[in-house]
Amino acid sequence: MLALDRVSKTYPNGVEALARFSAEIGQGEIIAIIGGSGCGKSTLLRAIAGLDRASSGTVTLDSEVIASPHAKIGIIFQEPRLLPWLSVADNIGFGIADLPASERREKVARALERVGLADKARAWPRELSGGQAQRVAIARALVPQPEVLLLDEPFSALDAFTRRDLQDHLLDLWADTRPTLILVTHDVDEAVVLADRVLVMRPRPGRLFDQIEINLTRPRDRNSPLFETFKRSVLTSLDRSLDRNVPDRDATQGPGQAMWW
Amino acid sequence: MISDAPVLQQSSEPVESAAAPSRLSRYARPVLGLLLPATLALAWELVVWLGWSNGRLVPPPSRVFAAIADLARSGELLRHIAATLWRVGLGFAFGVVAGTLLGAISGYWSLARRLLDPTVQALRAIPSLAWVPLFILWLGIFETSKIALIAAGVFFPVYLGVMGAILSVDRKIVEVGRTFRLSGFAMIRRILLPAVLPAYVVSLRVGLGLGWMFVVAAELIGASEGLGYLLLDGQQLGKPAQILAAIVIFAILGKLTDWLIELAAAPFLRWQDAFSRTKGA
Repeated sequence: MLALDRVSKTYPNGVEALARFSAEIGQGEIIAIIGGSGCGKSTLLRAIAGLDRASSGTVTLDSEVIASPHAKIGIIFQEPRLLPWLSVADNIGFGIADLPASERREKVARALERVGLADKARAWPRELSGGQAQRVAIARALVPQPEVLLLDEPFSALDAFTRRDLQDHLLDLWADTRPTLILVTHDVDEAVVLADRVLVMRPRPGRLFDQIEINLTRPRDRNSPLFETFKRSVLTSLDRSLDRNVPDRDATQGPGQAMWW
Repeated sequence: MISDAPVLQQSSEPVESAAAPSRLSRYARPVLGLLLPATLALAWELVVWLGWSNGRLVPPPSRVFAAIADLARSGELLRHIAATLWRVGLGFAFGVVAGTLLGAISGYWSLARRLLDPTVQALRAIPSLAWVPLFILWLGIFETSKIALIAAGVFFPVYLGVMGAILSVDRKIVEVGRTFRLSGFAMIRRILLPAVLPAYVVSLRVGLGLGWMFVVAAELIGASEGLGYLLLDGQQLGKPAQILAAIVIFAILGKLTDWLIELAAAPFLRWQDAFSRTKGA
């Protein structure tokens, strides 16, 4: 289980990017974090990844405090960030370099097969399309079999068709080992298609505003009325999160405090 | 792959005719570049042959080649070339090692950069030939001072190239290394080194160019052998053909060594999305 306990981040210039963010995320859960710009979504993700240290508060994975990048936590960025001097296969195998060569080759081959790029194994990253490159990035992050996979707006740079394709593909890959997925997005559609739970954040300072459970069976039909209903409730929450006059519906407070207001 | 044979059968003729002009241009391009110097050389040869000029100060190509052949026959040429190559090689090696080490330290470690870089930049601003008298006083008139001068010339472009390349490595790529928990040596070997390689090769080539420049300076100052000595000897004894012969050999050796670096680096830089690659065809 991944536990975020009052995670806060204040940058050296005094900007409070994240304030006392708490959440508990079960193994295998798919979480979408959504919110207006500057609500600290990416800051939160980087803190979970161990790339940036939180100013206060802790991130714990299975009762282990995360302060630096961890083997059980993988991350996929908005850009594929492939290493241009490595072939597609070597990029995918980048994170498992310490495994014996034969095992590594086998895992890479399976991953290539799995993301449908077996014929591109020897290609250079520059020869890939945007969607293919991001699929390689997904494979690279999944090959070491992380327990938690973080995704920072992974499909936002892709065209709508490729994005849908990759969303379905991600779910398909997720089903293999069922890691916890935490996806930062600004796309309501994407959040509702993928997530078990949508966390809505509000900006200045970035904090948790609302949680919406998406009780839809998979595969989800993007055109079903129920899908629309969930979409609307996320949108409504998102709108309210950006309205300064609405008080926090803060899920981090204890039950007593919640009753108080 | 899928349909090699049928495509070839169907369209062998159009492919042939489409390939023909490109094949022609592949051979035609270097020839095009040779056209101007070759024409000038031939014209001058003709002018001297017709007796319109005696060609004493500007010898025609035939006399230059005769001079080269003379030197080669007596074994002199090889001795001079070997001496010069040895100096350039040694000076280049020292300059590259020092430039790479200091450049890497300055690029990687910002405290070292603040300490070191201002001094190096100040030294760089001194025209390197200004060191010659001092080097001769310190290191004597023989080989050591020459090699030191060449190494100094090679050092600066390599230092700058390595430092600049490390400073400009994409933070996002470094972050990928961090997410896979690379640190220290592994980060350098798997991320930084390949990332700086293209810029490094360029700085090596610039450094080598300066090495060739400085070997001439060093050999003009005082040497009993070497291509630079041939230049000086030719001037003092009034043999312009010998001077031109040395210059031609300098050009050939400079181009050849530069090409060797390019050749050695090519397999490591195949991944580059280079401008020349897209334009080359």
